Amino acid sequence: MGLISLVTFIPVFGAIIVLLIPKQNEKAIKIASAVITFIPFVIASYMWGQFNFTLSGVNNEATFQFVEHTKWIQAYNIEYFVGLDGLSFPMFWLTTFICFLAIVASWNINKAVKGYFALFLLLETGMLGVFVSLDFFLFYIFWEVMLLPMYFLIGIWGGPRREYAAIKFFLYTLLGSVLMLIVMLALYFNVKDPITGGHTFNMLYMMDQSNHSAWLKGVDVRLVLYIMLFIGFAIKIPVFPFHTWLPDAHVEAPTAISVILAGILLKMGTYGIFRISYPIFPDVAVKTSYMLAILGVINILYGAFVAMAQKDLKKLVAYSSVSHMGFVLLGMSTFTDAGMNGAMFQMVSHGMITAMLFLLVGVIYDRAHHREIEGFGGLAISMPIYAGVASVAFFAAMGLPGMTGFIAEAMVFIGSFSVYRTLTVIAALGIVITASYVLWTVQRVFLGKLNPKYATIPEINGRELFTLVPLGALVILFGIYPMPILNLMRTSMTHLTELIKMVP
Amino acid sequence: MITLALYIWLLPLLAFVIQIFLGKRLPRKGDFISITAIGISYLLSILLFVQMLTNYNPEFYITAAVPWLQVGSFNINMGIYLDNFAIVMLLVVTTVSFWVHIYSIGYMHGDPRYNRFFAYLSLFSFSMLGLVVLDNLFGIFIMWELVGICSYLLIGYYFEKDSAANAGKKAFIVNRVGDFGFLIGLLIVFTTIGSFSLLDVQQGVAQGKLTGGLLTAAGALLFCGAIGKSAQFPLHVWLPDAMEGPTPVSALIHAATMVAAGVYLMARITFMLSFDAMLVVAYTGGFTALFAATIAITQFDIKRVLAYSTISQLGYMIMAIGVGSYTAGFFHLTTHAMFKSGLFLGSGSVIHAMHNAMEKVGVHEDPNDIRLMGGLKNKMPVTYYTFLIFTLAISGIPFFSGFLSKDAILGGTLAFAMSQSNPVHYLLPFFGFTAAIITAFYMFRLVIKTFLGEPQRPDFYKHVHESQKVMTIPLMVLSTLSIFIFYTLPSLNPISAEHGWFEHLIEKPESAVSIQLGHPVLEISEHVAHSAHVNGMLVSIIFALTGIVLAFAFYFWKKVDVEALTGKIKPLYDLSFHKYYFDEIYNATFVRGLLLWNNFLAWFDLKIIDGIVNGSAFITRNFSAFSGLFDLGFIDGIVNGVADITQGIGQRARKIQTGQVQHYILGALAGLVLIMVFVLM
Repeated sequence: MGLISLVTFIPVFGAIIVLLIPKQNEKAIKIASAVITFIPFVIASYMWGQFNFTLSGVNNEATFQFVEHTKWIQAYNIEYFVGLDGLSFPMFWLTTFICFLAIVASWNINKAVKGYFALFLLLETGMLGVFVSLDFFLFYIFWEVMLLPMYFLIGIWGGPRREYAAIKFFLYTLLGSVLMLIVMLALYFNVKDPITGGHTFNMLYMMDQSNHSAWLKGVDVRLVLYIMLFIGFAIKIPVFPFHTWLPDAHVEAPTAISVILAGILLKMGTYGIFRISYPIFPDVAVKTSYMLAILGVINILYGAFVAMAQKDLKKLVAYSSVSHMGFVLLGMSTFTDAGMNGAMFQMVSHGMITAMLFLLVGVIYDRAHHREIEGFGGLAISMPIYAGVASVAFFAAMGLPGMTGFIAEAMVFIGSFSVYRTLTVIAALGIVITASYVLWTVQRVFLGKLNPKYATIPEINGRELFTLVPLGALVILFGIYPMPILNLMRTSMTHLTELIKMVP
Repeated sequence: MITLALYIWLLPLLAFVIQIFLGKRLPRKGDFISITAIGISYLLSILLFVQMLTNYNPEFYITAAVPWLQVGSFNINMGIYLDNFAIVMLLVVTTVSFWVHIYSIGYMHGDPRYNRFFAYLSLFSFSMLGLVVLDNLFGIFIMWELVGICSYLLIGYYFEKDSAANAGKKAFIVNRVGDFGFLIGLLIVFTTIGSFSLLDVQQGVAQGKLTGGLLTAAGALLFCGAIGKSAQFPLHVWLPDAMEGPTPVSALIHAATMVAAGVYLMARITFMLSFDAMLVVAYTGGFTALFAATIAITQFDIKRVLAYSTISQLGYMIMAIGVGSYTAGFFHLTTHAMFKSGLFLGSGSVIHAMHNAMEKVGVHEDPNDIRLMGGLKNKMPVTYYTFLIFTLAISGIPFFSGFLSKDAILGGTLAFAMSQSNPVHYLLPFFGFTAAIITAFYMFRLVIKTFLGEPQRPDFYKHVHESQKVMTIPLMVLSTLSIFIFYTLPSLNPISAEHGWFEHLIEKPESAVSIQLGHPVLEISEHVAHSAHVNGMLVSIIFALTGIVLAFAFYFWKKVDVEALTGKIKPLYDLSFHKYYFDEIYNATFVRGLLLWNNFLAWFDLKIIDGIVNGSAFITRNFSAFSGLFDLGFIDGIVNGVADITQGIGQRARKIQTGQVQHYILGALAGLVLIMVFVLM
């Protein structure tokens, strides 16, 4: 059993352990869960140290790292094929990190504790599995494994409209999964395993255009498959107009689940495009890149405008995610070094920043039991430390230099300006809108006269700081010197870009 | 020298880090940490300056860079670039910053967030010094944003006050509008030249990599950043509101250094400004100089008068860059930094005294209002005399620093107009000279109303006292820096700006644009320049004196009935008093428009987009219900027989569905474990 399997399956084995603990012993369940999620984080960090920055991965098995490749269901040529490269490692590491913090942030869950933590751990395995799978079938299974725990976590531990939100999330994502399933099967039957000559789910074989059947070489066929796959991923990202499940899911989900949802789950959509859509259909990717850029710009601006109109703090953060994911789309549509790396960097950066924002909303919600932006005011007086940490997160979301968001956005703009001049100028308007809604929110919540209702509101506690400070520190550290993250991805990104550009 | 520059730049950052985490627990709330850091930076800057003077070389520069961001073909290096220009700027920034730090000990004494204040000052100093020493436009942009956020934090320092919180937000957002242009300009530069480094950009432009309309656009867009930061028309609206910040902050950030960053940037990129771009710059600056001066005339808030004066003086500097008087613009930046920060600190001294007097009397009125002052000269002599020196400097009176620099600019605009065939360009000297009269007038109006005449409110006057030493010493230092020290000694020629040594210290960099063909080139002959300067100087002295005499006639000798006059020109007076209604117009259009648009989109999102989603769910549900009925009545009839058999099995199977989550999870887990088992085999 390799390191990847270890990291991926420790949480699910941990879930079994958690299930064995008597349900009255909530403390033990929580501590066990924290320990269980901490181990994958430690191993993943160790793997970071071992990670070879010069290997490109993407479509060449020999340059993948920590590969495990064995037969699984032989009848259908399904393999257990996992590995990491620059596309997946940053998200893989981030998942272990955020999951650990999210467990700590779940400490005050007190309803059906055992079920919650077991489902959470199952969810972690699903997410990690998605990032490491190199066999499409395996990818699909993990993708689905993720869905169910998420449904229950929102539907049982969520807010007042949890059932509506959970079902909406479930059906919407299921629709995406179905589209993905169809594409997967179409590929399976039309890609030839170069060794055995049979059908294959191996993604790397699918990326080799010479393995494609005559039908799969058809221009229209490819376009249709690409679009179906794209919609499947677009729902996850979410791309306008498929985004309306997100605010509902976020508002109803418990804090830690929002953190996971925004921090990791959304990135699976863009990851899927990098991992599957681009290398398998590079020709269609090039042809449709302008549309993708337009969608990115729409996301950036639409998300920012709608965020500004929100009255619920959590909804505002949710829409800001829509806006920030637009940068990923815009960057990835450029096929330039700056843009592609910027997009990937934004995935990591936004994962950390938005996790902070949801944690911060959770802190205040636990105390005030509401999230109405207008209902606060002057909290910087009664909760100065909380306000300080929140400023870091909000400024980071605003793209302030010295923090990761700025690096990502700047790289995306630099990449996209060389390709789509006008679109970039329109997108850059987003920096004004974002500053407006962020500062307006900061003002309404933290500045001005102290709302007397919250004069004695307790300051942020040690456990909450424990979840926020590491994220804030990394956001600043990688904002000042981003190379540790960029080193992970740059070789693979350059390779992927070349791969796409090679297409006639 | 590079190491020296690094120390100068990074020491305040160290102080910030210590202050923000430990400040509260340190003795004296850690003010000495920030002061020591900026003090060392100050000394090192003096050292650099002395080194520069002793081995004076007009072409001197030194640079060193390290790779910072490298992915594939995309690279950005970060480095230090020092030339005479940067060294002088370092000295200007550290001088003002250090004395403002000292002044703040007194001014901010007893403030509950004293440590935070010094932390922000340190962060600001770091960012501002970085803006000066970094070798590339990207780094400058980073520091540009950081000084912006420091400004935001310090304007909103008294954030309990809604007006302060609003002003901070407004400042940042208005600046972001300018930065939008700055960013696009940067993108043009990078995508055409492939580097952000100032030296590379200069070479790239000279090689013709960026030409024609795009070059003009790049220059004008970068200038947008300066319009925001240096509060030029039409983005000037944030600076007067920024006076909500503590007065030392107004002196440091909103008078001397940060707002001058726009001028600094334009000077730095002056080599890449095409003739058209320079015209945009010149006219924006010139118009702002006059426009802001006409507002300053009618204001009653001592800090607001100074704020509009700052906008106007920044306009002068910008105009100077635009007409190619690079050195004059930078010279004025330097002298202005000294006398304007002095004016603000002086006003702070007055406000402090008025505030304390009001506390004593137990009445809460606006301590900034000059209508409540008058006659303070006798009570606050040091403040008065230093304030007078600064006022003489800003009015452009010989023997004072402002005369030299302002005159250099006015002469420059005149020379520019004389060298152009288009007579319209005489508008620029017209802006400049008119603003000069008005400046002298409103500054002396301020001095008279504050310090001279009879006390307007004897009840407050009784309790007014001179400020403590820690506040008056910085005033004295800055006033010494506002007198004749910029003249070349010992040949003291008070009325010739050309003989100031500063003019010879900083050489104008050669324009990279002029080397290319197809761009009109700005050339001013020696002869024209000389005659323009001689004439300009005479006119400007006369104008300044006229302004002063008028101010005395209006407010001291009371030869003119001000009330009656304002009544006669009421509409004009109202326009000026209400700042031409810019805030109201922006609020009614941009702010309201944006909010309406947001609400519309939110409605669209909820009702239309989400409506379609929910609608399709509704249709599906009803369709299912219908097919359910169909199923029940028809299909099911046939199947019922089969179903009966199945039912028996179903009855038993149903027991698995307990409705308890744990059981479902267990099922899911069992499935996964089975998969795992397969895998591991």
